[in-house]
Amino acid sequence: MNTFLIILTGSLVAASCGFLGCFLILRRMAMLGDAISHAILPGIVLAFLFSGSREILPMLIGAAIIGLITVFIVQMLNQSGVKSDAAIGVTFTALFSVGVVLVSLYTQQVDLDLDCVLYGEIAYVPWDTWQLGGVDMGPRALWGVGGVFLFSLVVIGLFFKQFKLCSFDPALAAAIGIPVMLFHYLLMTLVSLTTVAAFESVGAILVVAMLVVPSATAYLLTDRLHAMLFISMGAGVLSAVMGYFLASWLDSSIAGAMTAVAGFLFLLAFLFSPRHGLISKMVARKKVQLGGA
Amino acid sequence: MHILLALQDPNTQWVLMGCVLLGVSSGVLGCFAFLRGRSLVGDALAHAALPGVCLVYLLTGSKSIGLFLIGAGIAGLLATYCITAISRHTRIKEDTSLALTLSVFFGIGIVLLTYIQHSASGNQSGLDKFLFGQAASLVFHDVITIMAVAAVLIVTTTLLFKEFTLLSFDPGFGRGLGFPMGLLDGILMLMLLMSVVIGLQAVGVVLVAAMLIAPAVTARYWTDKLCTMVILSGLFGALSGVLGTLISTQQENLPTGPTIVLSATAFFLFSLLFSPRRGVLARLARFLRMRKKVLCEDVMQALYEKLEEQTKRSPTSFYPGFSAEHLAQKSGKRTAAVRKAMYALEKRRYVTERSRTKSEMLWTFTPEGLTEAHRLVLNQRLWDLYHMNQNQYQDLEIDVNQEELAPQLSDSTLSVMLAQLRAYDLTPMLADQHGVSHLLQPSNQGGLSL
Repeated sequence: MNTFLIILTGSLVAASCGFLGCFLILRRMAMLGDAISHAILPGIVLAFLFSGSREILPMLIGAAIIGLITVFIVQMLNQSGVKSDAAIGVTFTALFSVGVVLVSLYTQQVDLDLDCVLYGEIAYVPWDTWQLGGVDMGPRALWGVGGVFLFSLVVIGLFFKQFKLCSFDPALAAAIGIPVMLFHYLLMTLVSLTTVAAFESVGAILVVAMLVVPSATAYLLTDRLHAMLFISMGAGVLSAVMGYFLASWLDSSIAGAMTAVAGFLFLLAFLFSPRHGLISKMVARKKVQLGGA
Repeated sequence: MHILLALQDPNTQWVLMGCVLLGVSSGVLGCFAFLRGRSLVGDALAHAALPGVCLVYLLTGSKSIGLFLIGAGIAGLLATYCITAISRHTRIKEDTSLALTLSVFFGIGIVLLTYIQHSASGNQSGLDKFLFGQAASLVFHDVITIMAVAAVLIVTTTLLFKEFTLLSFDPGFGRGLGFPMGLLDGILMLMLLMSVVIGLQAVGVVLVAAMLIAPAVTARYWTDKLCTMVILSGLFGALSGVLGTLISTQQENLPTGPTIVLSATAFFLFSLLFSPRRGVLARLARFLRMRKKVLCEDVMQALYEKLEEQTKRSPTSFYPGFSAEHLAQKSGKRTAAVRKAMYALEKRRYVTERSRTKSEMLWTFTPEGLTEAHRLVLNQRLWDLYHMNQNQYQDLEIDVNQEELAPQLSDSTLSVMLAQLRAYDLTPMLADQHGVSHLLQPSNQGGLSL
């Protein structure tokens, strides 16, 4: 049962990250996902300090606010002439430092382990349960991750056309009257929410792997956004399942193993993708050369 | 008091020394990374170092910083290779391949790290401190290593300064001159890697990136010269090291790495706001000044054109001056803005009160104002003409960002354009000597003078 719960949580994290990650890499904002996943740390700590508990809702709110602030600051710096990569770097490291300082200063109050923040501990998920009216409702993290996953499915589902257009041609989207910035911030809100929901299980740093790697894998396998979303979720879930077994075999971090498997899947796609793979490209080049000769 | 006390502790002195050296070397190298548009490569290298360090530990069982340097170096090179290979051979963009590589390497590193921890081989306890940073644990031996590496980095940078300058600004040109740009780029990456690895122990994986970026971005605000920028950046790095270390000694539980990064961020924020040329405040002031200037010019133009209409209708007619409201209507500005501009112009003696109705002052030009307005209007109309008939003038070299057109034209072109203006009946007719001075005389009889 516990194995199942862990795998289920991991799969949900992977699926919701993979789903949002597609939009991130299409919009060339992969590093922004990385930045958000680090920068929300102070939001989480502050939520701890204010609410005095590990409830998921205040944490989600705190993280979403800090996530949006991060995006906003990056945008402001960029507009005032700082190169975008430097703007991202300065912003997230500063916010992360604030988070680390807060954690260190209030260790007693927040019961938050830095190592745990950095690389998560999904193995504890089944034991951290919550109760509603005396009934055991199961793992807290599962509810958080599942809720956020459903929420982002609904939001993206409702505005799929808008998100699609904003990702591929923001200028056209703006020209036909879609509020591009609104959708930009909406997407970033979803990323922050997902990040914080995933943060307890896979850790702040490894969320970015789930945001980027499965979507990049899917990007190599298809040219259609629909298919890309499904492949990305599939690759994420596969990494979660295989990662769990790899981790229990090596007796190591589950989140790390999930990432390693995701990286392995990407490598497979990189080499063998029918249209964009290294090997198929080489074969195609050979054919052209033979045809020319 | 506390600070002096803390400084007498030899341990603090070592930590301080280590952090200063780190600040200098990563500040200097960060400049080149920043200019190459590779600020986040430091982040990727820091994450990628993890599996290398763990593997070295697994293979040798020793915790020597020199061996870690080698392991991290190899892993970093591999990661760099992956980043370029992925973005070269697929349609995946640079930023995605960066994020992908760093997270996968880090994931593998975490697997190895936890594997080491769980396999309980005894003296692994310092390993995660090494990776997540704890400046307070720096000892004499570490500082010696840091010192050696920092010295190598700074000396190499000094020796290769010209080559790196070329690499940062125009690698293609450098290749043309016969410099081995690929090799130099490799050397730069290797040096970045070394500074990342020695930084790991003090500030940790995530914050090492900040030590590369923040001082460089800060220095960029104060200078346009690479040489100055590199020195300033090293200085900012060193200052952040000092400040961060000292602050963290003042409070228990305050980790050194983040306080160093926050000090660097404070320098950055200060420069962002207050740097004399690029700072936000300086630019805001420039913007406001510019807006005021444009407003004044627009209002003067409106007044001029009103006056022109007036004289066209009847050259010697009754002329009471124009109210701010009239001018607002003409120029499309708000009345309050026009009124403000009028007072500013009055201070510069370009306009003067001609008469007033019950509620409103009525304005006219002074002779100086009229000359100035004539110049403005002529310039504006020449530009209009230029934009209207652009293909007729396309063989001229015109910088459209310049304010004035006439000085950019040869005499013959100017006379052609003036003739065209005349043909369109757009020549600004009013100037002081053209018999309009009677329109400018202030009247004491309520606007009835002729």
